[in-house]
Amino acid sequence: MSSVRVLVGTRKGAFILRSDGTRKSWDVEGPLFGGWEIYHLKGSPADPQRLYASQSTSWFGQLIQRSDDGGATWNPVGNDFAYDGVPGTHQWYDGTPHPWEFARVWHLEPSLDDPDTVYAGVEDAALFRSSDAGQSWCEVSGLRRHTTGPNWQPGAGGMCLHAIMLSRAHPQRMVVAISAAGAFRTDDAGVTWRPINRGLRSEGLPDVDAEVGHCVHKIAAHPSAPDVLFMQKHWDVMRSDNAGDSWREVSGNLPSDFGFVIDVHAHEPDTVYVLPITSDSQHFPPEGKLRVYRSRTGGDEWEPLTRGLPQSNCYVDVLRDAMAVDSLDACGVYFGTTGGQVYVSADEGESWDAIVRDLPAVMSVEVQTLA
Amino acid sequence: MSSSTVRVVLPAHLKTVAGVAGEVVVHLEVPVTAATVLDVLEATYPALRGTIRDPATQRRRPFVRFFALSEDVSHQPLDEPLPADIALGTQPFYIVGAMAGG
Repeated sequence: MSSVRVLVGTRKGAFILRSDGTRKSWDVEGPLFGGWEIYHLKGSPADPQRLYASQSTSWFGQLIQRSDDGGATWNPVGNDFAYDGVPGTHQWYDGTPHPWEFARVWHLEPSLDDPDTVYAGVEDAALFRSSDAGQSWCEVSGLRRHTTGPNWQPGAGGMCLHAIMLSRAHPQRMVVAISAAGAFRTDDAGVTWRPINRGLRSEGLPDVDAEVGHCVHKIAAHPSAPDVLFMQKHWDVMRSDNAGDSWREVSGNLPSDFGFVIDVHAHEPDTVYVLPITSDSQHFPPEGKLRVYRSRTGGDEWEPLTRGLPQSNCYVDVLRDAMAVDSLDACGVYFGTTGGQVYVSADEGESWDAIVRDLPAVMSVEVQTLA
Repeated sequence: MSSSTVRVVLPAHLKTVAGVAGEVVVHLEVPVTAATVLDVLEATYPALRGTIRDPATQRRRPFVRFFALSEDVSHQPLDEPLPADIALGTQPFYIVGAMAGG
């Protein structure tokens, strides 16, 4: 029988939640790396037993942990993220030049077909690659060396590269997102990059249609439709039908088009999930109601999904990497909150249950569907 | 050249990372400095690389402090000799996480 393994990163450690395919009864393991911030952990699609975790604190810096046995044991691997060459400067919040400085790894994206290859998105924004299972890291420096690099600026959480999308249909293509620079794409395996932000509008910029400077919060796509990208921007939910060459807004009837997460149903490329947040300063759901919104039309038309979720006095946030879907027949949808709840829907979002309610603030949720 | 045995006390989180309990002992040549202690410590416990010193600059991390004989030696040059009691192993060299909560 199939089973699922949910990998949860929190402000104070990692947790692994396991269930069979019914997703009704859960074993909770953790905290792993207690006391450390776990920005993200993720399993290899090529070998589900291979997991990578980003572990950091302000005190002791960055560690990368690797498990070769599905999370039963972990070992620290390489943590030297040295920028290629002289790093130079980007813009600080006030527009002045600021040296590029490594702070932490926000996101780990294992290769689709090689468990020893993994990408890391870091703050200050850069993309790194390891081809020896995390022992050593080399910058994919063509991205940061883009001519717009000196104009990139941090979002509220820092200048982080937080989203990395690989494509089985286009092995040379990668899409990444940086707050607050925008989305970028390579079609030659990382040698050259170009901004893919046409159609994005951000009121906080002197030029609302600028080539870079947009605070992209998350991008998602269905594997069978790799050219169709869905984006939750700082404000606005966006869609591209040409791999990011141009975007159009699909916020439609959402109660707020601010938010962090976005994900696509495992079996329906036009079914998309978002979780609206009130505003850029009020990081909690509108009206104190925790509502996932689902579109079955690829955007524009959205329906609230509320059964099992608190519909009063709820003021948690759901951070950008804290939503995931499994690939069981009835697609499971998962998200974690800054209040420490991890919710699961085993019926495509129709109803929700809390797997756990009292974890530290959840920073990331990933799920592995196991045979 | 003579050698020395230095006792080092790690903060709790780094004991976990290094997989040790209690004090650790490092053997090194004299003169004993914070830099040579850290060099041998990181060579003995590679998982500690980057956790005490920034890997790019080799500077002490801002939230890490070094104590010797109840004195804060965080701000003295890393290549300055540590007190004799540290070099002789009669007193431990403390690596401490800053008292900053969180």
